[in-house]
Amino acid sequence: MIELAMRHAFTDLMLDVGFRADVRTLALFGDSGAGKTSVLNAIAGLLTPQAGRIVLDERVLFDSAAGIDVAVAERRVGYVFQDGRLFPHLDVRANLLYGARSRSNGAGVDFDAVVALLELVPLLARAPSSLSGGERQRVAIGRALLAQPRALLLDEPLTGLHFEARRQVLDYLRRLKRELGVFTVLVTHHADEVAALADEVVLLAGGQVAGQLPRDEFVAARTATGLLQAV
Amino acid sequence: MTGWLSPQDWQALALSLRVGLLSVVLSLPIALGFAWLLSRKRFPGRILVEALMFLPLILPPVVTGYALLALLGRNAPLGQFLGEFGIVFAFRWTGAVIAAAVMGFPLLVLSIRVAFDSVDRRLEAAAETLGAHAWRRFATITLPLSLRGIAAGCVLAFARAFGEFGATISFVSNIPGETRTLPIAIYELLNVPGGMPGVNRLSLVAVFVAIAAAASATLIAGGALWRRSSDDAR
Repeated sequence: MIELAMRHAFTDLMLDVGFRADVRTLALFGDSGAGKTSVLNAIAGLLTPQAGRIVLDERVLFDSAAGIDVAVAERRVGYVFQDGRLFPHLDVRANLLYGARSRSNGAGVDFDAVVALLELVPLLARAPSSLSGGERQRVAIGRALLAQPRALLLDEPLTGLHFEARRQVLDYLRRLKRELGVFTVLVTHHADEVAALADEVVLLAGGQVAGQLPRDEFVAARTATGLLQAV
Repeated sequence: MTGWLSPQDWQALALSLRVGLLSVVLSLPIALGFAWLLSRKRFPGRILVEALMFLPLILPPVVTGYALLALLGRNAPLGQFLGEFGIVFAFRWTGAVIAAAVMGFPLLVLSIRVAFDSVDRRLEAAAETLGAHAWRRFATITLPLSLRGIAAGCVLAFARAFGEFGATISFVSNIPGETRTLPIAIYELLNVPGGMPGVNRLSLVAVFVAIAAAASATLIAGGALWRRSSDDAR
C-alpha cells in the first residue's frame, strides 16, 4: 500500500502529485518529463520533496510537516534503475549479494530462488561489462529483490533493450509478480508494459496526476482509441 | 653493487627509501579523508582549507621546512609539548618523514580527489538504495573504483618524498646516518673536493629508483589488480 503527496519545484517543472494505491503493481504512466522518475526518486529518498508525505505499508518514509525523512539506506526499497547501475568492479554474484538481507520469518526471497527465477546461474561469475542489456537488467532486478525490499521500484526497466530482450525481461517480470508478489511501482511510457504488468495506473502529465484507473479500464480506453494494440 | 656503493651511499639510499615509503603510508589515510571531503562535501572555509593544503606545492621548500621547525622545533610550543612525551622530530629521521609527507601531501590529495570525482555518483546512489550507509559505500564502491588514482597518487607522493631536499635540510639538517637522505648526500658530495664520482653514483641510483617507481605505477595501473579490464574488452 502506498500513499503519496508531494510538491517539488524544478526549474522546468512544478511537480504536484498525490495518489493512494493498494494493489500489487502500480504503474506511473506518462510522457518523458511528466515527473515519473522524480516520484520514484522521492519514494526511494534520492529526491527530497519541498513538501509532502510518503507512506509505504503504513511506514512513514517522509513527512515534511512532521520533519520525518527516513535515510535512503533505511527505506528498504529495491530500485531498478533504467541503466541497471551494476557495480563494474564486482562480478554478478557479488552484485546480487551487495544489498542482500537474510529472510526474516520466512518472508521475502532467498538467493537461490531469485537466481533460479531470473535464470542467472550461467551469469554468476561474469563481469557486468560482459553482459547484454537484457542480462544486465535481470541482474539489477535480482539485486534489488535480494535486499528484501518493501517495494520494488522499476524505472523504465525495458528502455534501451532490443525487441527480443524486452520481451524476455517482460516475461521475467510477469513471473516475478506471479511468484513473489512484491509490491511494485513501475515507471513507464509504454502502454503495453502497463497492460502486461500493472494492476492500476496513475497517469502523469506535466507534473500532475491526470487520472488513476484500474489496468482493465486503461487497456480498454487505449484499445478503443487505437493507442494500444496486440495486448 | 655492494662494492660499487659505499656504506655511506647505502645508508643514504636506505634512509631515503624508508622516509619516502613511510611518509606515503602515514599520510595516505589523512589524504583519503581530505580528498573525500573536498570531492563530496561543501562546507564553509573549504577554499581556505584547499589553499592551505596546496601551500607546500607553491611555497619554496625551504620555507616549508622553516615553518615545520617553527612549529615542531625543540623550542617551539608544539615541539616542546611533544618533547615531554619523548616525541622529537627536529634533527631526527622521523622529522625527515614529516617533511617528506608534508611536501608530498598535496600531490597525494590531488590525485585521489580526481579519482573520487571520476567515480559515477549514481553507483553510490544505487548502493545507498541497497542499504549501504556512508562508510560502506566508501569502502565498497568509491575506494575500489578509485584504486588507480590512489596508486598513481602514492607513486607521485613517493617520488616527491624520495627527492625531497629543501624542507628536509631546513627542518632536520644533514646528520650522517640520521637525516642525510640521498639528495642531501648528493648535495654534500658536490661541495667536497673529489666528490664527483660519488655524485655520479648516487645520481644513477636516483635515476634507477625513479624508473622503478614509474614502472611499478604502470604495472599497478594495468596489471593484476585490474584484470577485469580484459572483460571490459569483450
